[in-house]
Amino acid sequence: MTASVSPPPLSEAGPSLPSEARGGLFTPASAVYVEPARRLTLNGWATIAVFLPPALILFTVFVALPMVEAGWYGFFNWDGYGRPEKFIGLKNYGYLIGNATFARSLINNALIIIVSLLVQLPLALALALMVAGRIPGAAWFRMIFFLPYVLADVAAGLIWHFMFDGDYGVAGAITGALGMQPYFLLADKTWAFSAVLIVIIWKYFGFHMMLYVAGLQGIDRSLLEAAEMDGASAWQRFWHITLPLLGPMIRLSIFFSVVGALQLFDIIVPLTGGGPFETTNTMVSFLYYFGITRMRVGFGSAVGVVLFFICVTFAFGYRRIFMRDD
Amino acid sequence: MTDATADSFEVLGRRPRGPASFLIFAALLVVAGAVLYPVLATALNGVKDLSEIRTNPLGLPRVWMWSNYWGILTGYRYWQVLGNSLFIALFTVFLTLAVASMAAFTFAHLRFFGDKFLLNYLQLGLLFPVATAILPLFIKIRDLGLLDSYWGVILPQVAFSIAMAVLLLRTAFRQLPSELLDSAMMDGCGYFRYFFYITLPLSGPILSTVGIIAFVGSWNGYLLPLVVFNSESRYPWTLGLMAFQGQYMTAWQLVLAFITLTILPAILMFLLAQRWIVAGLTAGAVKS
Repeated sequence: MTASVSPPPLSEAGPSLPSEARGGLFTPASAVYVEPARRLTLNGWATIAVFLPPALILFTVFVALPMVEAGWYGFFNWDGYGRPEKFIGLKNYGYLIGNATFARSLINNALIIIVSLLVQLPLALALALMVAGRIPGAAWFRMIFFLPYVLADVAAGLIWHFMFDGDYGVAGAITGALGMQPYFLLADKTWAFSAVLIVIIWKYFGFHMMLYVAGLQGIDRSLLEAAEMDGASAWQRFWHITLPLLGPMIRLSIFFSVVGALQLFDIIVPLTGGGPFETTNTMVSFLYYFGITRMRVGFGSAVGVVLFFICVTFAFGYRRIFMRDD
Repeated sequence: MTDATADSFEVLGRRPRGPASFLIFAALLVVAGAVLYPVLATALNGVKDLSEIRTNPLGLPRVWMWSNYWGILTGYRYWQVLGNSLFIALFTVFLTLAVASMAAFTFAHLRFFGDKFLLNYLQLGLLFPVATAILPLFIKIRDLGLLDSYWGVILPQVAFSIAMAVLLLRTAFRQLPSELLDSAMMDGCGYFRYFFYITLPLSGPILSTVGIIAFVGSWNGYLLPLVVFNSESRYPWTLGLMAFQGQYMTAWQLVLAFITLTILPAILMFLLAQRWIVAGLTAGAVKS
């Protein structure tokens, strides 16, 4: 997973005033630093002229323009050579709607989101509560659980490809010990995607656990102690104090789960390569196998545009609805 | 946040005692085993003979085939892919820090026409992943003549980390005491000198956070190099690993040894700088 997607700035979300405007009314002006008061000197202009263009140019050339061009190329049937000339309107999007493999990719992305939210996050939360307590070796457990997150998805995918291998891997040894026929999970078109889900949980729960650990650290212990003194049970303390106070972190963790799920690609290639029978693609691996490797630039761009709209709609909608108060 | 690994807090109230404590410990051990087992199995099966992997994939090797590892370590392929990855990652980190800190500095301290607009424009990068625009990006890299070159990977990686980096750095730069800037300006210190002699030296923690995020992202990157590189001599380790696996397919002992050796640098770095890496990756996520 690339680190390029992150939630909208929490600090600037919601109805709060911009920081310059806050606090100026009732405090003596001398105590408040009001940035815009400084007139731009020649030195200031020179700074802007030297410091800003590198970022703006790089961002425009490699991020903004390609995204706009994706929207443009999506209207063409183009193999990438010469200029795009065969304008076909919305046909690329039409192909997508009727494409069973793409539909399956969307379902798979949805499955990742569902499993992330219903299995991975509760697991991460439970483990965070366990390692946040003073269990012997808590620091070691935190470290071990976080370890898969720093490994590359490609390596994780290959490691698990071996684990699931019916001939050589651990799966093979288990079926052998039970006296069963070798079972090839990765070649089973009904269940192969569950292998992908297992790897995702294995790789990412530690990251979410760390977010929760960080959130737990921010909770005022005196609240929990007071509740305990008043006779609240452990479950009541968790349900009425810890969980609500973790709210912002949970919302953040859900955000990362969904965005990560939408752009999942690296694990698919070494684990299943999209197979068997194209049942384990995600949107991005669909884009790769059907757009990039076949140099169908127009079609692949259209897939990118669909992905873009899903990501942006989610990011804006989620921020509007769930992260307003954070 | 930086204390994410410190063992000094209790959230569940009292320290769990007796059977509860034992159950929690046992549960943690089981999960830790499930997390570590695949990695250990990979490393151990890399020291076996292929036929032994088939008959005994779970246990320790009966015959320790160190030659699997030795063969990879003495060939130059392994060092080449690691070297490529390191080169790409270091340049990505350096350029990301340079470009983003300059932009963040301008947005933090200078007001000019359109500054808010430009900042919001850069923040658009937070909304979508590289994959959405990967095909037009490929065309762009090709048209710029950067295909199959290190810069074809480095520059887009930098461009895609700018949004998050500017966000984190600008917030941190604004939190530096403003009296510093006032008095420096009074003494005739220009913005350039202020940036190099005051802002950067005082921003070590946030620069390292941004650097770690950029490094890990680049080191583990797969899609972008996959699209850009043709020559195996330029492959970073992620591509090199897949190429190696493609070549040796069912010679699992070699593939597993190669996986183990290529993830080794990341594991070692993680063990050595664990506190920094965990804090950097999670703090980056939380603050943005």
